[in-house]
Amino acid sequence: MQHFLIGNLKWSSLPHEWFTIAGTLTFVMLALVVIVVITYTKRWKWLWKEWLTSVDPKKIGIMYFIAGGAMLLRGGLDALMIWLQQSLSSGSSHGYLSSDHFQQIFTAHGNIMVFFVAMAFVFGLINYIVPLQIGARDLASPFMNTLGFWMFIGGIVMVNMFFVFGGQYAATGWLAVQPLAAKQFSPGTGVDYWVWSLMISGIGTTLGAINFIMTILKMRAPGMKLKMMPLFTWGSLCSMVMAVTIFPLLTATLFLVYFDRALGTHFFTTLGGGDPMMYTNLIWMWGHPEVYVLILPAFGVFSEVVSTFSRKPIASYTSAVWGMIGVSSLALSVWLHHFFTMGASADVDAFFGLMTMIIAVPTSVLVFNWIATMYKGKIRFETPMLWFMGFVSVFAIGGISGVMLAVPPADFQLHNSLFLVAHFHSTVIGGVLFGIFCAISYWFPKFTGIRLNQRIGKYAFWCWIVGFCMSFIPMYILGFLGASRRLDHYDSSTGWQPFFIMMLIGGLIIALGVALQLAQILASFIQKNRVSNDPWDGRTLEWAAASPPQFYNFTTIPEVTSRDAYLTMKQQGLPKPTYEDIHMPKSTSVGVYIAGFATLASFGFVWDIMWLVVISMIGILIVFVRRGYDEHSEYVLTAAEIQKLEEARAKKEKELPPVTDNETIEDMGIIELIRVVLSFFLDAIRNKRWRKA
Amino acid sequence: MTEHEIEAHEAEADERTMFGFWVYLMTDLLMFAVLFAVYAVLHNNTSGGETGRELFKLPLALTETIILLTSSFTCGIAMIAARQRKKAQTLVWFGITFLLGLTFLTLELNEFASLIREGYTLQSNAFMSSFFVLVGTHGLHITLGLLWMAITLGYVIKRGLNGPLVRKLALVSLFWHFLDIVWIFIFTIVYLRAFL
Repeated sequence: MQHFLIGNLKWSSLPHEWFTIAGTLTFVMLALVVIVVITYTKRWKWLWKEWLTSVDPKKIGIMYFIAGGAMLLRGGLDALMIWLQQSLSSGSSHGYLSSDHFQQIFTAHGNIMVFFVAMAFVFGLINYIVPLQIGARDLASPFMNTLGFWMFIGGIVMVNMFFVFGGQYAATGWLAVQPLAAKQFSPGTGVDYWVWSLMISGIGTTLGAINFIMTILKMRAPGMKLKMMPLFTWGSLCSMVMAVTIFPLLTATLFLVYFDRALGTHFFTTLGGGDPMMYTNLIWMWGHPEVYVLILPAFGVFSEVVSTFSRKPIASYTSAVWGMIGVSSLALSVWLHHFFTMGASADVDAFFGLMTMIIAVPTSVLVFNWIATMYKGKIRFETPMLWFMGFVSVFAIGGISGVMLAVPPADFQLHNSLFLVAHFHSTVIGGVLFGIFCAISYWFPKFTGIRLNQRIGKYAFWCWIVGFCMSFIPMYILGFLGASRRLDHYDSSTGWQPFFIMMLIGGLIIALGVALQLAQILASFIQKNRVSNDPWDGRTLEWAAASPPQFYNFTTIPEVTSRDAYLTMKQQGLPKPTYEDIHMPKSTSVGVYIAGFATLASFGFVWDIMWLVVISMIGILIVFVRRGYDEHSEYVLTAAEIQKLEEARAKKEKELPPVTDNETIEDMGIIELIRVVLSFFLDAIRNKRWRKA
Repeated sequence: MTEHEIEAHEAEADERTMFGFWVYLMTDLLMFAVLFAVYAVLHNNTSGGETGRELFKLPLALTETIILLTSSFTCGIAMIAARQRKKAQTLVWFGITFLLGLTFLTLELNEFASLIREGYTLQSNAFMSSFFVLVGTHGLHITLGLLWMAITLGYVIKRGLNGPLVRKLALVSLFWHFLDIVWIFIFTIVYLRAFL
C-alpha cells in the first residue's frame, strides 16, 4: 500500500546532506522572495496573463533567456565547485567533496550547460529574432511554441528536483555511460532524474524545432526567397533541421535506458545479450550533432554582426549558406570520433577521422568569410564586435585542437584527457556562449528599446577572455601531461596543483565577468537611454519593427526584393504604413497544464508512483483534446485597433525621443552604478519607501 | 475582414499544419529507425533462448498485415467521402477502419500474451526486449491512432462534418497510413526475416 501511494519515496529521500539542504533552502528562499514580491506588487494576474500563458514568440524568447540565465549561474556554480575540489585535492588532502558527490556535480554541470543554458539561449534567440527577420507576425504554431517552452521548463524542474527528493543526481557523466548507468551499478534515482529531465525537455525541443522549420519555410514575407534569407535565419534553419533529425534519436534512446532500469530489459546491459557500446553509438549519434545544433545559430549571429558592424554585405553569401549546410550535413556522420578507442576496425576509425577533419573545411569557409567581410570595412568596435573577435580567437584554438583529436592515433593518447575537455570548452564557450553574448549585446536595443551599456560590457568581455585563457590553457597543458578528465584527486608528485589553482582563479575571473554582465544590464535599465528602432544602421528586417516590437511585429508586412531587405528599404525610402485586419492567436494556458502534467508524470516514473503517471497522462489527454478541437484559438485585430496602438506608440516616442548619436552617450561606470544602487536602498530605508506603495 | 480573406487565411494555416505534420511523422519515423537498428543489432542475442523462427507464427503475422493494409484502404475511401462532405459514408468507412484497427490490436496483444504465457518476456534476453519494444511501440501508436480517430469521429457526430474536422480527419488518415508503412517494415524485418 505504501509503495502504491508514494512509490520508492522514503523519509531518507528528503534532504539530509549539506548540499541537498543548501540547495533546497536556496530554492525555497528564492521561491519565497519571488512570491512575496509578486504578491506585494499585485502582479499575479499580470504575470499569468501577460507572460506565462502568452504565445507571443518574443515573450517566450525572453522567458527562455531568463531561464537560461538562471541556469547559467547554477551550472557556473557547479564549475567553480569542480575547480575548487581539483585545486585542493592533491596528495594527502582530499578536498571538500566526496568522490560520489564530485561525480554528480560534473554530470549536472554538463547537462545543465548544454540542455538548459545553451539550448535555452539558442531557442530564445530564434523565437525572438527569426519571425522578425523573415517578416512574419508569429510562428506557424504559437501553441506548439508555448508547449515546447513549458516542457523545457519541466526539464529544468526535473534536473533540480533531486535536491528536494532523492538527494542524488546521476553520477555517470553527462551522457550516462553504460553499463555504469544501469540499475545494477547506479541503483538510486539519480539516473532516472537524468532520463526524465532530458526526456521532457527533449520532446519540447523537437516540438519547437518542427515549429521553426514550418515558420521559416512557410511564413516568409512576400518576395523573400530562400536565397534572400538573412544568415541568422539560415543558421537557425540548418540547426532546426538537425534538431528534428537527432532529437527523436535521443528520445528513443532515453526510453530504452528507462526500460532497462525500470522493466529489466536487456538493451544496454552486460547480461542477457545487451550491448553497452550500442548505447554509446546511439547517444553520440544525437550528442555530436547536438553541439552543431547549438553552434549554427551562433554562426548566423556572427554573420549578421560582422556585416552590420563592418557596414558591408557579407563577403560571399552563397558560400556562407553552403558552409552552414555543409557543416550541418557532415555533422551527422562524425559521431564515432567520440570513441575511437571502442575497438572498431582501423577502417571505421579512419572514415570517421576523415569526416571529422573534413568538417573543418565548411567551418573555415565561414570564418574566412567573416574575416573577408571585415577586410576594408568601416569597422565599429562595439561590444557585439568584440565578442565576435573573442570568438574567432578562442574558437580557432578549439577548432585546431579538434582536428588534432580527429586523428585516431593521437586520440588514443588524448581520449578522456583534460585536453579533450579543454577542446570542447573552447568550442562551446568560444563559439556558442560568445555567440549568445554577441547576439544579446547586438539585439538588446531591439528587445528593450534602450541602449545597452557598452562601458561595463567591455569590462565583462575582457574578464571573460582573460578568465577563459587562464582556466583553459592550463587545461590543454594538463591534458598533455596526462591528467585525465573528471579527476577528483591526484598525486602530489604529478606537480599539477599549480595548474589546477590557476584554473580556479580563471574561473573566478569568469564569474566576475558574469557579475559584470548582470551589472551591465542593470545599469542599462537605470540609465534608460532610449534608442531608435535601428540603432546600428541594420540591414535586416528586424530593425524595421519598433523597439521593442509591437506584439504583432509589423503593421504592414514588408515586401522583400533583396538580401539586405531593410537596407534596401531605407535606400528606397520607407513605405508609408497601411493598416489592415490581422489574425492573432489568443493566449493559452494549455501549454502550462500539459507540461505540468508531463512533469508530474516524470516524477511518477522516477519514483515508481504509477497512479500519478496514469492521472497525469489522462490529464494530458483531456487538455490536449479540448485544445485540439477548439475552433476559437484566434481573434481578429482590426485595422482601427492597430492604428490606435500605433498612434499611442508614436506619441510615446515623441515624449521620450530616442538618442540619435550613439557616440555622445556617456555610459555609467561600475563605481557610479554602485553609488546609484546604494543610494536607492539608503533612500528606501531612510524614507521607509516600502510602506507607501 | 471578408469571407474570402478568412478562407484564404485558413487555407494557408491548413497547408502549414499539413507540412508540420509531415515533419512530425519524419521525427516519429526516426524513432522507429532507432528501434529497428536496435532490433537489427540485438536480434541474434538470445542468450541461449529461442530465436524468432521458433517463436513467431508467420500466418498470424500475415493476417495482421492483411488486416492493417485493408484498414488503410478503407481509411482512404473514408477520406474521399469526407472531402465530399458525405457524413454518413465517412462515419461508416472510418468505423470499419476503426474496427479493423481494433482487430489488429487484439491479434497483436494476443500474440504478446501467448509469448508471455510461454515465458518469453521483455526480461528474457536482448532479442525479446528489442522485439517487444519495437512491435509494442507500433502497437502503442496504433492505440493512440484509434483513440484519435474515435475522438475526431465523436466530434464529427456532434458538430457535423465541417472544414476544420475534415482537416483533422486528413491528419488522422495520414497518421494511419504512416503506421501501415512502419508495419510493413516490421513484417519484413521482424517476421519474414526470421524465416529466411
